[in-house]
Amino acid sequence: MAAQNLKHALFCAFITVIIAYPILGLNLVAEGTSVKLEGANTATVVNVFLAAVAVFLFQVFRDNIMGVFGKVPNLNPLAKRGPVPQEKRLLMERVFFVAIILLALIWPFIVSRGAVDLATLVLIYIMLALGLNVVVGLAGLLDLGYVAFYAVGAYTFALLSQYFGISFWLALPIGALLAALFGFVLGFPVLRLRGDYLAIVTLGFGEIIRILLNNWTSLTGGPNGIGGIPDPTLFGMEFGRRVKEEGNVSFHETFGIAYSGEHKVIFLYLIALVLAIFTLLVIRRFMRMPVGRAWEALREDEIAARSLGMSRTAVKLSAFTIGAFFAGFAGTVFASKQGFISPESFVFLESAIILAIVVLGGMGSQVGVILAAIAVTILPELAREFSEYRMLIFGAAMVLMMVWRPQGLLPMRRIQIELKEQG
Amino acid sequence: MLEVQNLSMRFGGLLAVDQVSVDVQEHEIVSIIGPNGAGKTTVFNCISGFYKPTGGKILFQGQEIQGKPDYKISRLGMVRTFQHVRLFSKMTVVENLLVAQHRHLNTNLLAGLLKTPDYREREKKSLERARYWLERVGLIDMANWEAGNLAYGQQRRLEIARCMVTEPQLLMLDEPAAGLNPAETKELDQLIVSLKEDYNVSVLLIEHDMSLVMGISDRINVINQGRPLASGTPEEIRQNDDVIKAYLGEA
Repeated sequence: MAAQNLKHALFCAFITVIIAYPILGLNLVAEGTSVKLEGANTATVVNVFLAAVAVFLFQVFRDNIMGVFGKVPNLNPLAKRGPVPQEKRLLMERVFFVAIILLALIWPFIVSRGAVDLATLVLIYIMLALGLNVVVGLAGLLDLGYVAFYAVGAYTFALLSQYFGISFWLALPIGALLAALFGFVLGFPVLRLRGDYLAIVTLGFGEIIRILLNNWTSLTGGPNGIGGIPDPTLFGMEFGRRVKEEGNVSFHETFGIAYSGEHKVIFLYLIALVLAIFTLLVIRRFMRMPVGRAWEALREDEIAARSLGMSRTAVKLSAFTIGAFFAGFAGTVFASKQGFISPESFVFLESAIILAIVVLGGMGSQVGVILAAIAVTILPELAREFSEYRMLIFGAAMVLMMVWRPQGLLPMRRIQIELKEQG
Repeated sequence: MLEVQNLSMRFGGLLAVDQVSVDVQEHEIVSIIGPNGAGKTTVFNCISGFYKPTGGKILFQGQEIQGKPDYKISRLGMVRTFQHVRLFSKMTVVENLLVAQHRHLNTNLLAGLLKTPDYREREKKSLERARYWLERVGLIDMANWEAGNLAYGQQRRLEIARCMVTEPQLLMLDEPAAGLNPAETKELDQLIVSLKEDYNVSVLLIEHDMSLVMGISDRINVINQGRPLASGTPEEIRQNDDVIKAYLGEA
């Protein structure tokens, strides 16, 4: 046993050196026209060596260390908690939602402009994750191309404003409906597919949209993207210093206050907040409606669902369509926030991050998904000081999360229904 | 009510079902029995629309249904259970019953979002029906358990209740007694008879438990290697030489 451990540990240490030395130690240096490979300095070599020793020691005493880890599930204060009675849980959930909405409402007035901008991004991710939660968490359809619908929403707004001068408020429903239409259309070819095959086709769909946007230069501007996307207006009031469009007035002049760039940021944030709350409430209703139950039934057992008269087509398409609808919402807000979009923003990594949010939060759980969206968006920002290692830290956090809480931050709890007759 | 005429089902070179005919009248329990691999479940799958039969006709209430999609067939009032219990195991017991009434509910999304009075009324009715059937099969105390956490016998009963809330005219049970102990089998026996007597549901049954089959069936069809071997009342089947041979082997 020990000998086996020793051998394994030596092997791991060896691999560490082989991987770490070239990555951290070797440098390409440009000397005039030629490129020269330069060896590592002593400090790096020592560090790599120390890392290898650390890996070796960890592997040798792995069982002991993991044993100790096993005894600290208490890192999560909620782990040992018994099932909470339904009424109390619903109350807690309500309190949580009210508290977070209140905090969200006063947030822009107490923090810096950068923090408000970040919060807007969080809200966009919350919308996306809640939408994807319908497809993946409830209906159990693994969608790796969700970002495509986000792109459709964003580009709809960008193109409509560029070619027809359509405002944000009109583009919002159009973008969402068009994204929903794309969701519906994608639904058809994948009706028969499940699991891995479904994931591959949706992945392909996501890439098709991105590549199309990238190459249809005459319409979308290709990799150059589309700029000059207008900001939303408040009843015809613009937030810029000077009014851009005929017939509009500016916000600061109407109210007789000094112009500040922050007004626009805060207004956009509030729009995102309202839309996120709308998304939350609508999907919450859906979950308690027959259609929500049908999604879950299909995830649990497709054959049984069909034998009870549920049409696979209708149920799957509704999940795809509704999920895509909210991605379109998020896309429109995103386009408006950035003022400029390009296919760069809609790469596969985005889909992966949204999916990670849903999985981290706990499939099907709305509270969990919101918490995860906040964590996943803010964590890389907080870790910015670690510059190039921040993705590494992000990855490590995800791995640890999956070890300790594979079911997600706050797994979905079922709704209890009171059946006994009153009195 | 149900009439299956010369049903055939071919999988490539294998003729799994060959010219099988079954009929079920109103208010009747009809069983299909046969050795393992005889093609009983294949017949079920053809009737319920999971397979498209390669030959023959299936009439339900005088309407030809062969080759129709499964969910449409079940909406006509003919639901089935499965050889291996297929519940929505992560959903609660009562949710299982609510899902089954999907088509009785107003599926209009807007009506649900706005909670129109009509929608509330339907939702209330389906809850009422769920409560009734949970009491009927003795699962009312587990209403909010996850279905996957029920004991096996309870899962079987829940599966039948889930069919019954759809208010079918014909119930198709595929080996409902498999894996049940004698006491549970007896309960099931009574439940099936009561479905026929009290709720006026016809039952088509596949079963290996001979005492159950002989006790409750009005008529029995025997299939062997995909071909019909005999049909008649339990008494006739018990004395049929071919059936005895097929079950016990040639003497």
